[in-house]
Amino acid sequence: MMHFLLLFSRQGKLRLQKWFTPLTDREKKKVIRDMMMLVLARPQRFCNFLQWRDLKIVYKRYASLYFCAALDNQDNELLTLEVLHRYVELLDKYFGNVSRAKCLGPNRIHWPLTVLFFYSVCIVGTTQTQMFSIILANQTSVQVGLGWSHF
Amino acid sequence: MSPSVALQEMIRAIRSARTQCEERGVIQRECAAIRAQFRQADNGGRSHNLAKLLYVHMLGYPAHFGQMECVRMIASPHYSEKRVGYLGAMMLLDEKQDASLLITNSIKNDLSHSNQYVQSLALCTLACMGSAEMCRDLAPEIDRLLRGTNSYIKKKAALCAVHIVRKVQDLGELFAPAARSLLSEKNHGVLYGAVVLITELCAWNPETLELFRKTVPDLVQIMKGLVISGYSPEHDVAGVSDPFLQVRILRLLRILGRNNEAASDAMNDLLAQVATNTDSTKTVGNAVLYETVLTVLDIKSESGLRILAVNILGRFLLNNDRNIRYIAMTCLQKIVGTDHNAVQRHRGTIVDCLKDQDASVKRRALELSLALVSASNIRSMMKELLLFLSSCPPDLRAEAGSGIFNAAERYAPSQRWHIDTILHVLTTAGGDMRDETVPNLIQLITNASELHCYTVHKLYRALLTDISQQPLVQVACWCIGEYGDLLLRGECQETEPVQVTEDDVLDALETVLQSHMSSPATRAFALTATMKLSTRITDNVDRIRSIVSIYGSCIDVELQQRAVEYNALFKKYDHMRAAVLERMPVIERNSPGHTNGVSVGEAVKEIQPAEVKQGLLQQNANQVCDLLDLLGGSEEPVQPSLAQSSTAPGMSVNTASTAGGDLLDLLGGLEPTPHAPAPTLTAYEKHGVTLTLSCEKQSDSGLTVTLTASNSTDSDISSFTLQAAVPKSVQLHMKAPSGDSLPARGTAKVTQMVVVNNPNKVKLKMRLRISYTRQGSAFQDTVQIDSFPEVSTAGH
Repeated sequence: MMHFLLLFSRQGKLRLQKWFTPLTDREKKKVIRDMMMLVLARPQRFCNFLQWRDLKIVYKRYASLYFCAALDNQDNELLTLEVLHRYVELLDKYFGNVSRAKCLGPNRIHWPLTVLFFYSVCIVGTTQTQMFSIILANQTSVQVGLGWSHF
Repeated sequence: MSPSVALQEMIRAIRSARTQCEERGVIQRECAAIRAQFRQADNGGRSHNLAKLLYVHMLGYPAHFGQMECVRMIASPHYSEKRVGYLGAMMLLDEKQDASLLITNSIKNDLSHSNQYVQSLALCTLACMGSAEMCRDLAPEIDRLLRGTNSYIKKKAALCAVHIVRKVQDLGELFAPAARSLLSEKNHGVLYGAVVLITELCAWNPETLELFRKTVPDLVQIMKGLVISGYSPEHDVAGVSDPFLQVRILRLLRILGRNNEAASDAMNDLLAQVATNTDSTKTVGNAVLYETVLTVLDIKSESGLRILAVNILGRFLLNNDRNIRYIAMTCLQKIVGTDHNAVQRHRGTIVDCLKDQDASVKRRALELSLALVSASNIRSMMKELLLFLSSCPPDLRAEAGSGIFNAAERYAPSQRWHIDTILHVLTTAGGDMRDETVPNLIQLITNASELHCYTVHKLYRALLTDISQQPLVQVACWCIGEYGDLLLRGECQETEPVQVTEDDVLDALETVLQSHMSSPATRAFALTATMKLSTRITDNVDRIRSIVSIYGSCIDVELQQRAVEYNALFKKYDHMRAAVLERMPVIERNSPGHTNGVSVGEAVKEIQPAEVKQGLLQQNANQVCDLLDLLGGSEEPVQPSLAQSSTAPGMSVNTASTAGGDLLDLLGGLEPTPHAPAPTLTAYEKHGVTLTLSCEKQSDSGLTVTLTASNSTDSDISSFTLQAAVPKSVQLHMKAPSGDSLPARGTAKVTQMVVVNNPNKVKLKMRLRISYTRQGSAFQDTVQIDSFPEVSTAGH
């Protein structure tokens, strides 16, 4: 089970946080600090896996964004790397270059995330195209419903 | 109130802020605007505002004031507002917040909505943050959706059911039948959800696990379909068809095949097929292979398959990609206990990984290397491990050090090698070692009697070079103290002797004593060593005397006490000094973890306190002195071990070293416990004082004797006390009496419980001494009880 997923920049700014276990705000902040410290300290060519407390941490760097996920001990780390990759591909397809995306509102990032991760079961039960079409369908629902064109 | 801006503009404004301060300013202004907007009633841009708030939350700023707004939005009939509301609920609410209960009803309604997207919103949110109560309420709804026809909804419902089962394990039984039927779906999404649900159900309930074992053939079929089928564009990821589903199925097969021969047999072929057919050039392929290997190693697979799995791991180890090597070692760690030989073949590669720069890889390599050490490869492995120790990152040092110690202990080819290894570790990484290493090493050294000369020379040299590593310095001081004469003799077979004078040695010890780097424990070691040298050297005894007397006024209490006692040894007990400070006997090996060395090392010091204690005891034990006489005990001997009283004709108090203390114990103790009536015996009857005795058997060897005293005279009795003694092998414990005054004419009694433990089942006898004061004069009497009344077991 995935415990959390964090996205942060090379400069240490948090871009996204998704928690799959209930934690207090203080604990969340501590975890974020720890993760940033551990992951940002590692040089480029090192392996993408770490051990932290009793969880496995899998991280991947895409340009200046770090994607950091925490797994249980029985989970497959290599597969998680694939999952992260798929998330990035999806965002990329939908919005164009993820790392450069300046105007990604919460809906745009979170809905694909939710569709993809669906509560830490951590993985998509769908194919790429299906997911894409679902998100699009969601969008159209909105547009049909109210004509908001922002999101 | 500043006008609220569109979401895009706000994002642009935040990103263009050049400093953290500026950004915070922008965000605070926006949040204030949003809060104001929330307070207004019907507002067209509500979802808009909430979206902005969620963005702010994404960046890590507090957004809890949006919770109620989320609740309101979820209840709205418009889809866009619902969507933002549910998204907000997932981000801002979790089961610990009170507001989460308010959305239960909305979710319930939305689960039966006509629009499938609304249903999916509700399912997503429930799966994300549903509390146990919400799950219990809504579980039947989810079950209904699982049996529906819409695969989009079924997929989500399955995953929602997973969350429900995690929160409330009992509801697992509710979902089991639906899960079973979902396995026959074609849609990969639904299939995936079903597999995850079954995995979760099996994890919580062993009976469900039995039930689902029957699905193994179906799962094997599905897997085969995935592996053999050709390229399918919608499921393909870099050449592997739906790896996510494959890995999930493999994991479920692992759980089902564990400890079960039949199930394992059914999957053997499949696993072999997956292992051989999967392309391992890309990460996906490796991910599937990894899961396959984990499964093979966990179920009761046949040996051919196991060998195949270990070979795959071997290939992984040689891969250039660090990730792959890391997981190979993680996997090998799991099987090193069972398939030790198979893993040994890869020892070379693993040892090479010790030199890798990556800290994660190093850690895994260290754990695996330590597990692979055996009697045949100990020398070469130790060389590598010591090399590793000198260059390893600080957080791994303690682990490496203790691992090396354990390995050295189990497989040391010779004592000299063992001592060398430990010394090497202490010099390189002494500061990070745990505390038991010092006594363990000392114990090792005393056992290797022919190497004393060699050891003390090596340690002396080490001490001269560096006194910062505390464990090393402690051991060195101890050795110099013990074997200083060997050092001074100037000859040694094993290593080149050092020409030292007594002054040099004392200088070294004094440096340790005075250095600010020495911990208090180290100083104590050094002081004791100096003291011990006083019997081993001839010329500089005065110097030692002066050192010792200086520390008599040291601030550190421990050092001061030692110094004072050693001073006393010089002055009053000089005749005993040689005997006290002679060579230590060989320390016996105790169970691991027992800090034997420290306690025995202190025995030298304990002689003095024992003597002092005796003096004290003599003074305040006078009142029991005659009881000691009664028991035939004479003066306590000096040994700190068991103090036996001599000459008592078959009667003595069985105690440990502080005999007096135990007798003093007779007059104190715990509260008397209630007792059942038992046969009584009148033990004593004189001058109007009657003492009766009743016994109760507590256990096979335990007995509780209750003594009851009463006074039939006309005058009161006060200070009534009883003392007892029993034969040698019997243990006695007297509890506190109920009182010590006996009023006249038997109006009240005094009872006292005595717990007797008779493990050797000797004939129980007891001698009692009664003392009391009556009419101003003291009385004392003794009675012996030779036979106890028939005992009955208590409570049966």
